[in-house]
Amino acid sequence: MNNPTVSSQSLRHQWVAFALMIAFFAIAPYFVYSIFLMKVMCFALFACAFNLLLGFGGLLSFGHAMFFGTAGYAAAHASKVWGWNPEFSVLFAALSATALAWVVGLLAIRRQGIYFAMITLALSQMVFFVFLQTPFTGGEDGIQGVPRGLLFGLFDLSDNTAMYLFVMAVFIAGFAWVWRIVHSPFGQVLKAIRENEQRALSLGYDTDNFKLIAFVLSGLVAGMAGGTKALVFQLASLTDVHWTMSGEVVLMTLVGGMGTLFGPVVGAAVIVSMQNYLAQLGSWVTVVQGLVFVVCVMLFRKGVIGEIASLLRKPL
Amino acid sequence: MEIFGIPSQALFGQLLIGLINGSFYALLSLGLAVIFGLLNIINFSHGAQYMMGAFAAYLSLQWFGLNYWAALVLAPVVVGAIGALIERTMLVRLYKLDHLYGLLLTFGLALIIQGLFRNAYGASGMPYAVPEVFMGAVDLGFMFLPKYRAWVILASMLICFATWFVIERTKLGSYLRAATENPSLVQAFGINVPRMITLTYAFGVGLAAIAGVMAAPIYQVSPMMGADIIIVVFAVVVIGGMGSIMGAILSGFGLGLIEGLTKVVYPEASNTVIFVIMVMVLLIKPAGLFGTEK
Amino acid sequence: MKFSLKTLLAVMLTAAGLQAHAQISNGNVKIGVLNDMSGLYADISGPGSVVAAKMAVEDYLKASKSKLKVEIVSADHQNKPDIGSNIARQWYDTDKVDMIIDVPTSSVALAISQVSREKGKLHINTGAATADLTGKACSPNTIHWLYDTWMLANGTGKAVVQHGGASWFFLTADYAFGQALERDTEAVILKNGGKVLGKVRHPLATQDFSSFLLQAQASKAKVIGLANAGGDTTNSIKQAYEFGIVKGGQTLAGLLVFLTDIHSLGLEKAQGLYLTETFYWDLNDQTRAWSKRFAALNNGKYPSMDQAGVYAGIIHYLKAIDAANTDDGNKISQKMKDMPTDDVLFGKGSVRKDGRKLHPAYLFEVKKPSESKGPYDYYKLLATIPAEQAFRPLNAGDCPLVKN
Repeated sequence: MNNPTVSSQSLRHQWVAFALMIAFFAIAPYFVYSIFLMKVMCFALFACAFNLLLGFGGLLSFGHAMFFGTAGYAAAHASKVWGWNPEFSVLFAALSATALAWVVGLLAIRRQGIYFAMITLALSQMVFFVFLQTPFTGGEDGIQGVPRGLLFGLFDLSDNTAMYLFVMAVFIAGFAWVWRIVHSPFGQVLKAIRENEQRALSLGYDTDNFKLIAFVLSGLVAGMAGGTKALVFQLASLTDVHWTMSGEVVLMTLVGGMGTLFGPVVGAAVIVSMQNYLAQLGSWVTVVQGLVFVVCVMLFRKGVIGEIASLLRKPL
Repeated sequence: MEIFGIPSQALFGQLLIGLINGSFYALLSLGLAVIFGLLNIINFSHGAQYMMGAFAAYLSLQWFGLNYWAALVLAPVVVGAIGALIERTMLVRLYKLDHLYGLLLTFGLALIIQGLFRNAYGASGMPYAVPEVFMGAVDLGFMFLPKYRAWVILASMLICFATWFVIERTKLGSYLRAATENPSLVQAFGINVPRMITLTYAFGVGLAAIAGVMAAPIYQVSPMMGADIIIVVFAVVVIGGMGSIMGAILSGFGLGLIEGLTKVVYPEASNTVIFVIMVMVLLIKPAGLFGTEK
Repeated sequence: MKFSLKTLLAVMLTAAGLQAHAQISNGNVKIGVLNDMSGLYADISGPGSVVAAKMAVEDYLKASKSKLKVEIVSADHQNKPDIGSNIARQWYDTDKVDMIIDVPTSSVALAISQVSREKGKLHINTGAATADLTGKACSPNTIHWLYDTWMLANGTGKAVVQHGGASWFFLTADYAFGQALERDTEAVILKNGGKVLGKVRHPLATQDFSSFLLQAQASKAKVIGLANAGGDTTNSIKQAYEFGIVKGGQTLAGLLVFLTDIHSLGLEKAQGLYLTETFYWDLNDQTRAWSKRFAALNNGKYPSMDQAGVYAGIIHYLKAIDAANTDDGNKISQKMKDMPTDDVLFGKGSVRKDGRKLHPAYLFEVKKPSESKGPYDYYKLLATIPAEQAFRPLNAGDCPLVKN
């Protein structure tokens, strides 16, 4: 996970990559099923949020699905039961995830490394069981028939094109924000903590506080992704809070490149495509995912974007 | 007869189930604790290896007609050997890296193993009969005691105690503990540390496999049987304290009992009570009940 | 105020040019069989449903000499509503699928019903249990073909009570489905003069039922009602055998059990179980003949009622298309309700306004091993419940379509 240090020149490469990414998502719907692309964007944002914590903060959370799924239920409930407009539903979703991240973060930050991962996993499982039994989530059925609503009271999002533009806007906003965080002084301190926490402590930084804030920010962006996804599919279900979903986002980040900005996006695209096109193989998808994990860990630790960044000798 | 307003049948029945679950939690968290305490690896494939143990019992019956008792010996050996292979070929390369790669590798392996078995055997379970000698239940008056389940509790207590004894009280155990502290020094004394590590991993995996064999007659022999239990076991290990052998054993049995009691008193919470306790332990004593701050 | 340029354009174009709606879209009828291909319900639905679907198309085209071109596609929803609704959307939007059939697992069924309604396509559900599909979640585009929780509760509950099982103890899966099943069955039991001596709720996907079963045993109820499904049911039955519950004189009533479950349990463990189904291969000559043909195409596995439902549903669907000369989802749905049904598997029946298909239900008891002449010869017919009594009355379901 060693990335070259940031210099003003390297940022130009990132701008180019950013432009390419936007161009891709702008043109792709003419060739590829738009709902599939919206799914990719939502998961890409989720993976970016996760990567903020792992790649830049050095904290492996194995329970990130709890933020994604909670946000999904929040948005679905707000849109269906309270009849809110989509921008408010997504906002509410993000805030719910943030609140949860704050509580979980306070508990999990107490331990480091592997322990941290196990605690997040266990807490996420607890959240799963709570959602399984609470009536408002609809249990096994999930919250179905969620209306997409009228954006700003004007634009009907049941039209796929309008929805696509909305999702793209949310994705770009979220991505840009993560980008901003990484390049900010806060982001620098976070990276320092990841490299050597003791040294950061001795320099006077309240490392626990920084880690907590990173955790909360990560939860917030994951919440944005989860809330938007619920509106795209008009459905919030237990799958989104199950620990296998947490495993998937880890996989996406690993494949794309931990600690890179664009890695999670590529990783999400790869994994979602794989699931889609291998869907008829049923259980083989799990085996393939496991294989990808193993291969990446043993041989391909930098991930796609990581390898490219390494070749270019610029951070991506 | 009623105790605390609950029919004794229900109360003792649930406590019994609690102890059974506790036996499996103890065996599995013991395996995890051994592997983690001595190797610093989080073995996410522990659940899948538990499942392989159960399948080893089922398949050895189907293919070779071997009975439960043979499986009790065969399964840990076979699955342990597979574990040794995994360690030798893959895990060993990750020791120099951040520990999280070990976690990710074993997670990926768990996915592969579970996916393969699921493809071959579907998602619903295979039947595995309770051994003849343990069929049925004994009427104790205030409750019925199923014989097989009594055996499970006894056997797991024996295995746990034996493991603890070997690690904490014998010379072999002291070599193992020394090797974790300072591998190069121990190696300098002529002890083959890498081989010891491989055998330790295999042993931990073997413990999971034996738990699987014992689970086979009670639960379904199903490809997904390890997937959800592993997370509860993680919580148990966190509560007990990550490096502590005795901590894992006691927490396992104890938490099983508490879970059983919750099922009688407040069944809706029975799924989450262990996690709630984990939260409480983290707030009061983050290192775990029997652990020490590393 | 709604604003959508796209919609405006679409409306203008539609008004301007669309005639000849009486035709088959794209020149062919594309049917999607969506179910669980690899998980818990793979035996009940799975690839067998696709076999049944293909048989239906072949048989119909041969018998009616129709000129329709019919294509069948299939997919695995893995019992997850999001995967299912994804596939449905893609099928309807890009793959030009006209109708989706099967869909076990109530949560997925509700999602598919929703999507089908949105897109104006037809959904024939033969796999899911929730009575909400013809109740508060009813849709003009959904036909619930095979069975539902109300029928199960009333079928098994009432018939068992009338057969002498007057005292009950419930073993219920603690989630919406299990609770609904328990509640409906309890109501029927009490209405017919029975008693409920106790109930115990177990978490979903419980592995060890020993304590719950021992409580049931201690209650001395004549009947132990299993208000659960899938793995929970088969586990309960297996472990009940371990504790000699049936040998001790109590009977088990499985509120949701399929022939394939009995097959995997074996008669030794399942004997004496009461259950209700709407199809059994050994009911009459026609069902026997069909089932043998099916088994030959399905690796020797006999049909579940779900797979039989897929066959019958498609036959009726194709008949309706030929009669109405269109495959437009909204129109066909109405046509299928206007035409009475008649097929070799379910006999004569009809589809109601709320989408509920009506046909008789049967109470079975699982045979003892000595009474069975071979594999799949598992059931003794105890009672036949006529169609009008088997399903919930039209006005009792809270279906918005009916209130008007």
